[in-house]
Amino acid sequence: MHIERLEKIFMVLGGILLAVGIAAIGASVLAADVHLPAPSGRIDPRTVRTTPPFDQPGVRQIGPNEYEAVIVAYIWAFQVSPDISSNEIHVPVGANVTFKVTSTDVIHGFMIERTDVNAMIIPGQVTEVSYTFDKPGEYLIICHEYCGTGHHTMFAKVIVA
Amino acid sequence: MSATTFTAARTIEQTASEPMAQRWAIRWQLYLGFIALALGGLVGLLQAIERIDIDLYDEAGLASYYQGLTLHGVLLALVFTFTFGNAFLSLTTIRGFGRPLASTALVQGAFWTALAGVVLAAYAILTNQASVLFTFYPPLKAHSTFYLGAVFLVLSTWLVSANQLLTWRAWKREHPGERTPLLAFASIATYLMWDLASIGIAIEVVGFLLPWSLGWINTVDPQFNRTLFWFTGHPIVYFWLLPVYVSWYLIFPKQVGGKLYSDGLTRLVFILFLVLSVPTGLHHQYTDPGIPVWMKSIHLFTTFAVVFPSLITAFTLMSVIESAGRARGGRGLIGWIRHLPWGDPSVSAQLLAMLVFLLGGTTGIINASYTVNKVVHNTAFVPGHFHLTVGTAVGLSVMGISYWLVPYLTGNALYGRRLAVAQGWLYAIGVLVFARGQIAGGLNGMPRRTAIGAATYELSSWNLENWMTAIGGVLMAIAGLFFFIVMVGTLLSRKPAEKLEIPVAEARFDSTRTLPLLDRLGFWFVIAALLVVLAYGPFFIAYLPLNLTSPGWNVWQVSGGGDTWVDVLAAGWVVIAIGAFAWFWRLLQGAVFESRRLGRD
Ligand code: HEM
Ligand SMILES: [Cu+2]
Ligand SMILES: [Cu+2]
Repeated sequence: MHIERLEKIFMVLGGILLAVGIAAIGASVLAADVHLPAPSGRIDPRTVRTTPPFDQPGVRQIGPNEYEAVIVAYIWAFQVSPDISSNEIHVPVGANVTFKVTSTDVIHGFMIERTDVNAMIIPGQVTEVSYTFDKPGEYLIICHEYCGTGHHTMFAKVIVA
Repeated sequence: MSATTFTAARTIEQTASEPMAQRWAIRWQLYLGFIALALGGLVGLLQAIERIDIDLYDEAGLASYYQGLTLHGVLLALVFTFTFGNAFLSLTTIRGFGRPLASTALVQGAFWTALAGVVLAAYAILTNQASVLFTFYPPLKAHSTFYLGAVFLVLSTWLVSANQLLTWRAWKREHPGERTPLLAFASIATYLMWDLASIGIAIEVVGFLLPWSLGWINTVDPQFNRTLFWFTGHPIVYFWLLPVYVSWYLIFPKQVGGKLYSDGLTRLVFILFLVLSVPTGLHHQYTDPGIPVWMKSIHLFTTFAVVFPSLITAFTLMSVIESAGRARGGRGLIGWIRHLPWGDPSVSAQLLAMLVFLLGGTTGIINASYTVNKVVHNTAFVPGHFHLTVGTAVGLSVMGISYWLVPYLTGNALYGRRLAVAQGWLYAIGVLVFARGQIAGGLNGMPRRTAIGAATYELSSWNLENWMTAIGGVLMAIAGLFFFIVMVGTLLSRKPAEKLEIPVAEARFDSTRTLPLLDRLGFWFVIAALLVVLAYGPFFIAYLPLNLTSPGWNVWQVSGGGDTWVDVLAAGWVVIAIGAFAWFWRLLQGAVFESRRLGRD
């Protein structure tokens, strides 16, 4: 099989490029501590409302600067507190928040704009992601997976002050 | 029938190696794809202008943005791509082997099966019983005819594959000890890859979704089904792309007046796609909760590995194009670019598609990059990316290919050559504007698959992005209109085409020798299957038992649909009518054939 010298060089360079890419990704995981969502348990979507901790949606402090936000996603809202009419989560600047989310019905998305929080919420699974909010402001939580005709109305907010 | 068309038809029959009954099925398979492209593109336009608050869904008779988006995705990502692959790679198999397909019944059956699939799925979508998008993630539950339609569509591709394999066997008997012709080799490798890839979706639909939609089982496991879907869902993009690679590698070089780079390297590239395409699907599920991180990371490596053959392709094509430009008198570092046959609409459309694909490939590597995926996953960045790839590298190339293919298949001269050249440029410019809007929007947190114009949280910082999406989308739609003017004009043209041949390139290097292993697709298929077992085995073992706890949801229709069985019967009679028509048509064709033969004797 004939391969020209220039093409050989190109193939080697291409291979190096891909290897560098993988190394950079490796560094992001090992050195910069960026992680993908990992399995956090199963649940029956039909009984979410009575299964702890999802029977008590809301934010609680679990340590100095450590918070846990339990959220139930359903068509078409995120329930972020026991009060169903509220869609706001309030945390202080510097709070490290672990979000525990599940769905009672279809697949939803969970993306917080201007952060790297981006995960799927799949009925039957619990999604766990965390983020440290170092800057004050209002962050939109957006459902970014199609979940029915009200999908574009499904959002909540994290208010960091 | 006028005298001129009759002679044209006669010439085709004499010059081509496929009998009319096969050519007919191939042509209609192609037209079915064109119809899907036209309707899908029209809905695309609606989606694009929805972003600047022009909402024409009521006028179009669609119940929601999402009913439209389901049509767009199914018609373009599934119907258009499948039917084009079926038609084009059936033809290249014939041309490669220099003999008709082994079975006329199979090639005709593939057309009727695809048509039945389209009718079934269209019925469910148009009656607003299947606004589940083209990924149909459960527990969204569509009407059963939607899933039946999917089964039929996949079945049509399997029929094409079976026919290729039978033809290959027949050819081998006729040519013992000879090396498989490259054009046929590449066409068969593409479908073998897809045979392996489509197992996931087949199990998902036949094993879970279809019985579920018929009420035979009550609950499904969304995470598990999603994984089956993406088992097929990533390699499907290579199933979209490889028919176009067949053109780029083996046909396009001849069109620009050059030669195919190397026989062996081309075989190697297609083998790499066969082996590496499937064990990569988890990279669509980086953000899924139910899959261990280490399994995701394995698919990162395989995904990067399958980038490699595309890198080779980039180099090889560039080299082919440059030497063609120089052979045509081009000089200097970039002077050869001007000397390419830009006035040939088939060439210019494919050249532009390749240029756009450079950006498409780059954004694809961004998506695939594991932790970086968290920045872009499910944002508008993703539609930005894949309109550069499937929307243009594939879509625009198919339009370019059609500029010689349709004249070849009909015997009619291409209508509106200048309009066709303009079409390619307009589409390419349009998609660059469109994708710029979507990509920037995505980086700014704009979700995909969302009626942004109607969103209750829309950010004012998305204004520019929305306008770029809309303007680019309108340009693409106008270019699409140009394409259909050219196509309809060609179909109705009375002028016979000048050349009636498939332009196949010769190899510049080693056209007589290759390593024997490079001719053994069966062997590579087994290697591919083993890799799949390694890449997916751990997931399937660790994931069990299934979490079958999700009942189905209809989240797009306020009032429930009718009785399932009434609907199945309603859609069923359409299929039966089509079947009856098919049978009748075959009888008719047989009769026409016979009379032609008698007339000639
Ligand atoms: C007139 C040309 C086109 C326009 C204006 C257009 C517009 C759009 C827009 C705005 C979206 C994003 C919808 C959303 O995320 O909410 C979209 C999605 C999509 N488009 Fe296109 N498009 C065009 C042509 C094509 C072509 C030629 C293909 C493929 C061959 C294609 C395949 C897709 C697919 C697969 C989706 C994703 C659907 C989903 O998320 O379920 N489009 N299109
Ligand atoms: Cu949602
Ligand atoms: Cu949603």
